[in-house]
Amino acid sequence: MTVPRTLLDKLWSAHEILVRADGSSLLWVDRHLVHEGSHHAFARIESRGLPVAEPELTFAVVDHYAPTRRLAQIADPQISYMVENLRNNATKHELRLFDLDDPGQGIVHVVGPEQGLTLPGLLINCGDSHTSTHGAFGALAFGIGATEVAHVLATQTIWQRKPKAMRMHIDGKLGPGVSAKDIALNWIAGLGADGAQGHAIEYAGSTVRELSMEGRMTLCNLSIEGGARFGLIAPDETTFLYLEGRPHAPRNEAWDAARKAWVHLHTDAEAEFDRDIHIDADKIAPTVTWGTSPEQAIPVTSTIPDPKALANGEAEAVRDSLDYMHLSAGDPIEGTPVDQVFLGSCTNGRIEDLRSAAAVLIDRKAKVPGLVSPGSAQVKAQAEQEGLDRIFIEAGLEWAAAGCSMCVGMNGDVVGPGKRCASSTNRNFRGRQGPGALTHLMSPAMVAAAAVTGTITDVRPLLKGGKA
Amino acid sequence: MPGWSRHDGHAIAFPLHNVDTDQLIPSRFMSTPRSQGYARFLLHDLRKDAAGEDHPHFPLNRHRHASILIAGRNFGSGSSREAAVYALVDAGIKAVFAPSFGDIFAGNAVNNGLLPACVSDDDFNLLIRSLGDGAELAMVALDRGQFSIGNVQVPFALDPSWRKKLINGWDDIDLTMQHLADIERHRTKLKQTAPWSRPVADV
Repeated sequence: MTVPRTLLDKLWSAHEILVRADGSSLLWVDRHLVHEGSHHAFARIESRGLPVAEPELTFAVVDHYAPTRRLAQIADPQISYMVENLRNNATKHELRLFDLDDPGQGIVHVVGPEQGLTLPGLLINCGDSHTSTHGAFGALAFGIGATEVAHVLATQTIWQRKPKAMRMHIDGKLGPGVSAKDIALNWIAGLGADGAQGHAIEYAGSTVRELSMEGRMTLCNLSIEGGARFGLIAPDETTFLYLEGRPHAPRNEAWDAARKAWVHLHTDAEAEFDRDIHIDADKIAPTVTWGTSPEQAIPVTSTIPDPKALANGEAEAVRDSLDYMHLSAGDPIEGTPVDQVFLGSCTNGRIEDLRSAAAVLIDRKAKVPGLVSPGSAQVKAQAEQEGLDRIFIEAGLEWAAAGCSMCVGMNGDVVGPGKRCASSTNRNFRGRQGPGALTHLMSPAMVAAAAVTGTITDVRPLLKGGKA
Repeated sequence: MPGWSRHDGHAIAFPLHNVDTDQLIPSRFMSTPRSQGYARFLLHDLRKDAAGEDHPHFPLNRHRHASILIAGRNFGSGSSREAAVYALVDAGIKAVFAPSFGDIFAGNAVNNGLLPACVSDDDFNLLIRSLGDGAELAMVALDRGQFSIGNVQVPFALDPSWRKKLINGWDDIDLTMQHLADIERHRTKLKQTAPWSRPVADV
C-alpha cells in the first residue's frame, strides 16, 4: 500500500525538480504573476543581463497603483511612472499585460482565477502575500519577495522548504449575514496573527464544501493574516464549474485530461497533518477588528477587550492599539461611529461580495461617504449588468474602477489621518489605508451595514425583512 | 552579496509585537528606486511625527548606530514587500532577534544578508531586560548559532539552508543555473504528462 498523502504532499512532489541536502526544494513554477511592485525584480534581472525564462507563463497586471478615478489620478507623476515602468517591462520581455484599458484588468488575485490562469494542480507565484488566494483552486500558491521574483523571472523555478501541514476542519452552517470573512477573522483571533506560521493550511469540512469559489478565495486569501503563506482547498465540482470556459483554461481534450488529473488532488483518507484545528461554523457571528492587527477581532456583539485582564507584553500591545484606534476598553464595538466605508480588494472585491453589500444597501441611504472599487473590470461589468452599481450610487456611495485602491492606498485612494473606515479589506495595520487612518476589517455585508447607520453595526437585523 | 559569519555591533530593544511590513516601510515610499537608498524610510511613521520631526524617545532615534534589533513576536508580518528589508539593511541593521517572524519577510531578509534569528520567549524577555533603554555591544556568531550581550548568552534558531546562505553570501540564481539540465528535464516531462498545465493563448 502506498503511504497516504496530503494535498500539500501531492502538489509539492509534482513540482519538485530536486531537493538539496539541507532540505530546500527547487520547484517548477507554472504561473508567475507580476505587477507594478515587481520593478525591483525587473531591475535585478536587467542588471545581470538575463531574459525572462518563460514569457508565456508570466502575466503582468496593473493593480497596486491602478487609478480608480482614472483621469484625475493618472496625472500623478509617481503613479504614471509605476504603471509606465510595468508597461515597458512587459513590452521588453513580451509578456501578456492586463493594462488599465484591458477588459480583463483588475487585482491580480481576482484576474488570475477569472481568466482561467489559475488552475488546480499548478504552482503559482506572485510578489504579493495574498497569492495564497489561488490555493482555493487546489493550486500551490504563495507570495514571494523581490529577490525571489527575479529568480522566478530568470529561471521559472523557486527554492523553498516544504511547510508543515495544518488542516482546518470547518463544519456546520453559517448563519445569515455570516460569510467566509467572518470565519477567517474568527480563527485568526483564536490562533493569533502568527498562529499558522510555517504551515500550509488546508481548509476542509462541510462548511468549506458549501462555499462558492468567491468564499473559498476569501478564506485562502486571509491565510497570510494568520501567518500561513499557503492556503489550500481540494478542487471539486464547484471548482470545475467555475473554471470551464474561462479564457486561458484548457479546452476540449485538454480540459478532459485536466479533469482526470484534478480528481486526484485531495488529501488521502489516512493522511496525517502536523496540526488539526476544528471550527464550528454555527457559532460564528459577524466579526470585526477593533485594533491594529487582524488577530484583534471580536464578534460585533462583544465589548472591546480590557488590557487589565491580560498578561504584561500582551496588555501593552492592546493598550497601544486602543490608543492608536481612539477606542476605550470595555465599550461595545457596535455603535462606534465611522467616517467612511470601503468595499473592494483581493479579499472581498468579487461579484458575490458586491451582491451581499448591495442586498443590504438596496432602498437605503448611506449616512457616511464611501468608495466601491470592484476587484476587476469584469466584476465591474457584471455588477453593472445586474444593476448593483445603481444600488451603490443611489445609496450615496462612489462607484469607481478596479484596482487595489483603498486597501493599500498606493494609488492615492487613502483614508485621512484620524478618520475611521469600515473596510472589506485584509489589513488593519497602522497607516495601512493612509497615515493615521483607523481601519476596521469586516465582511462586505457588514461594511454596507456600517454605511447605512454610520456606525459599526450588526448586519443581521438589516437583512431582508429587518428594519433600517 | 558578501557573506558573514560573525557580527559585532550595538543591540537595542524594540519589543513591540506584530511590527508589520507596513510599519517597516509605509507603502507610499515603495516606488523609489533602490539606488536612492531606503534608510530614511525605516519605520517612518512610528519614528517621526506628522510634521516629519523625529520622536526623541523612539529607540532608533536614540541609538542611531544600532545594528542589532531585539524585536517582539511576529516581526515583519504582513505584505511580501522586500522594501521592508531594504529599509533595515540600508539603515545598517545586520540582525533581528525575535520570538517569531513573518515567513515571507524572513526569506527576504536572508536574501539580503539580514539575519532573522528566532529566540525563545524566555530568552527574548531576558535580552529585553538586560538591554533596558540602552544600546549594548553584542556579538552574533552565525556559525555557532549563539548571540551574546556581555555575560548574557542565548542560542538562536535558524533554518540550516539559511545559515549556509548567509555565511556564503550565495545568490540563488547562480546556484540554480547549475541545475539547468534538471529544470529542462522537468519542463519537457511536464509538456508530455500535463500539457493542460500551460495556459491557452489569447484568441
